[in-house]
Amino acid sequence: MKRIIFSALASLAITAPAMAQTHAITNGRVVTNTSAGIIENGTVLLRDGNIVAVGSDVAIPDDASVHDADGGWITPGLFASVTQLGLIEVALESSTSDSGADDSNFSVALDVADSFNPSGTYLPTTRIEGVTRAAIFPSTGLNLFAGTGGLANTSGANNSLFADGQFVFAQLGQSGAATAGGSRAAAWAFLEAAFTDARGYPGRYSGDHQGDALDRYDAAALLPVVRGQIPLVMYVDRATDIRRALRFAEENAPVQLIIMGGAEAWMVADELAEARVPVLIDPIRNLPSSFDSIGSTLESPARLHSAGVVVGYTTQSADGYFNARLLPQHAGNAVAHGVPWDAAFRAITLTPAEIYGMGDQYGALANGYVGDVVVWDGDPLEVTTSAVSVFIDGEETAMESRQTRLADRYRNITDEQPFAYRR
Amino acid sequence: MTLELLKRSVALASVLALAACSGSGGDNTSSDNAASGDADETQIVRHDTNPYPSTYVPSPSGVTLIRGATIFDGTGGRIDNGDLLVEDGRIAAIGQNLDSPDGATIVDATGRYLTPGIIDVHSHLGVYPSPGASAHSDGNEATSPVTANVWAEHSVWPQDPGFEAALAGGVTTMQILPGSANLFGGRGITLRNVSARTVQEMKFPGAPYSLKMACGENPSRVYGNRGQSPATDMGNMAGYRATWQEASDYRDSWNEYWDAAEAGEDVSAPSRDLGMDTLMGVLDGDILVNMHCYRADQMAQIIDLSQEFGYQVTAFHHGVEAYKIPDLLEEAGICAAVWADWGGFKMEAYDSIRENLALTHAGGACALIHSDSDTGIQRLNQEIAKAMADGNRMGLDITEAEAWTWVSSNPAQVLGILDETGTLEAGKRADLVLWSANPFSVYSRADNVWIDGALTYDRNDESMQPVRDFMLGQPGEGDQ
Repeated sequence: MKRIIFSALASLAITAPAMAQTHAITNGRVVTNTSAGIIENGTVLLRDGNIVAVGSDVAIPDDASVHDADGGWITPGLFASVTQLGLIEVALESSTSDSGADDSNFSVALDVADSFNPSGTYLPTTRIEGVTRAAIFPSTGLNLFAGTGGLANTSGANNSLFADGQFVFAQLGQSGAATAGGSRAAAWAFLEAAFTDARGYPGRYSGDHQGDALDRYDAAALLPVVRGQIPLVMYVDRATDIRRALRFAEENAPVQLIIMGGAEAWMVADELAEARVPVLIDPIRNLPSSFDSIGSTLESPARLHSAGVVVGYTTQSADGYFNARLLPQHAGNAVAHGVPWDAAFRAITLTPAEIYGMGDQYGALANGYVGDVVVWDGDPLEVTTSAVSVFIDGEETAMESRQTRLADRYRNITDEQPFAYRR
Repeated sequence: MTLELLKRSVALASVLALAACSGSGGDNTSSDNAASGDADETQIVRHDTNPYPSTYVPSPSGVTLIRGATIFDGTGGRIDNGDLLVEDGRIAAIGQNLDSPDGATIVDATGRYLTPGIIDVHSHLGVYPSPGASAHSDGNEATSPVTANVWAEHSVWPQDPGFEAALAGGVTTMQILPGSANLFGGRGITLRNVSARTVQEMKFPGAPYSLKMACGENPSRVYGNRGQSPATDMGNMAGYRATWQEASDYRDSWNEYWDAAEAGEDVSAPSRDLGMDTLMGVLDGDILVNMHCYRADQMAQIIDLSQEFGYQVTAFHHGVEAYKIPDLLEEAGICAAVWADWGGFKMEAYDSIRENLALTHAGGACALIHSDSDTGIQRLNQEIAKAMADGNRMGLDITEAEAWTWVSSNPAQVLGILDETGTLEAGKRADLVLWSANPFSVYSRADNVWIDGALTYDRNDESMQPVRDFMLGQPGEGDQ
């Protein structure tokens, strides 16, 4: 299993000549996500891809390109904790959708890095709304394991997917029960067998022997999960399934568990907090959409926060590719329902970075962090606010997408020039 | 004699039917219209156009004076430090410094915002209710591309917990539509967002019926995958045309029959076809066409189709490319009901842009928001806030008061109920939302919702928060 194929620093080194720039972002309300809190009228200095100074009294070097935030907000780039960015172009056109593989013989070994398309049009549409980093998730098909996920930035550069082999995604609950043969008992039996297969890899597969649940390729791919080197993200909504997942993680130490979905996580909040198991939830899910999520409520984020659970937000109720850009709205609704602003903002920035083991590089504005910075024309969680400029790896990115091009083309409905010539 | 006049002048029972006054979906008075006439007229077969009448009875409304609010009145107007007086379920007065009648309940709305209740023209609450279950998949009669004979109200489960979630988001009225699998999906119905044991108790009195139709990929995919027609866009058009031709012939046969019968001739009535009855209602202008159509070129084809067969399309729903043709929509008098920022899920949604609603509006067409979602319906105020901000960011100049028309008066116009609701004007139904803060902010919540002047939801009083049967005794009962 590969680990980080392009560490942020390595990729900077490769392209250093193009990125050896200094940017000073000035005159803004700086949300640091550190103990420095919010700095009024602050400056963020970026050099060679990284943040080198943050404060209200930062000396601006002569060679710096200065970006006046004009009294707006300056924040870390948003980190979308669950997306299919770069995997889906048009969901209903299977030829353009690379997120799942119903007909494959493989499962855990399916690696999103081999499917990810940095030219996908939703990287720019997501980036210009302030999302700079995203976890890329495979979709489950006819197997309980969807595959192996990675982390990407939204620059659209060839090395956008900067870390592969970062986690394995499995779907339990009612969906997992169905794919495993019809019951939750079947799903957990399969999962136990899969872990036993992986734990025994490669010896277990010597000669003609096959695994009980996984073939040799999938067992090899699951090995870093079994060893606790990368997390297992498990989709579960129902409280009792979350408890079962916690027991599974305990019995299979040192496995690192992340709960996704978590409609009824608030009912298990104390256990989750004690186990330090993070939860990825959509703050605006509140309907009993299935018998797995009867307890779904808009109060979930506040209850989990009060209990001390580590929570990252998702856009599950919208989608993960076209509208991952709606993260701030989802976080804003969490605030409207009782979550402190700082916690809600961290749930779409620093907390996901921490959940994926990269909290020392992404999600905060502090010296040494990667230069992912967004300037907003107001409170970033407000629905009427927009990103004004977006820096990734210390570089300013284009605030343009296929959608902005379409809007510009049709802004004036006149017959002066055929639309196809308007570019 | 026109059909309309016939309908009004003759209201007599036959073995088969009662007369009725219109294609009304929720007229709770029509069944009183049966009256005795002369012997000849009793022989004329007339089918009841309202056999499932509304039994909605507004909850008692006291006299309420809401004082000191910032008001968006739904017509595009704004009143700062405004008052609104409710009497007998209707808006009695709106303005500043209104006098307080004796016994009025005074609501201090200082610092808060008062708006007309939100109206969603595209919801599947009740027909695709929560919890999702195979037994609850009641929104698409995907057994034939033409199912104009089915009525969404016959699928609505009034115990859908989604209704009360929408109420907490300020929704007072919504149109429940069949799905979009079929060319002709069936009749939609306009409901009050009240808790009730039966759907009849939710039906908006006097609201016209609608016909749901669908363009594009859905019908051709559903039926093409079965190896039947329509399998293509041209198959869709052929299907519409053949069906409208049949409806036109059907209508002619009834009109000829009624004319002859009125003239005292001994004629027998044509055979009744329930689907054709609905399409005849469209051709008569009594039933409003709401058509799912994404692409600009498809909408243009449907405009021609409607002119070929002589009916009016009231609104295109999901028109993600409406921004490309505001001029055509304006000329045809068709509203575009759209999302703020959904798209990408299929080819015909690929050109979705965030400025769609604002650009369509600025281009002169009637534009409005819709949800098509049990989640989105809870935050339509935020959806129009996004759409307004995106438009203004590209240089349009749309005020908050103007944008509120996208969620109130324009939807009311689409549903044919603008005379009754959708704006804060004296005489209209007192369908109101009092917001904790500016509803164009993500942090704003609906504090109170009134329907017909009756307090129907109070965020700070659990006794005024409905809980549908399904949630009783379940985890999280009563949580929003």
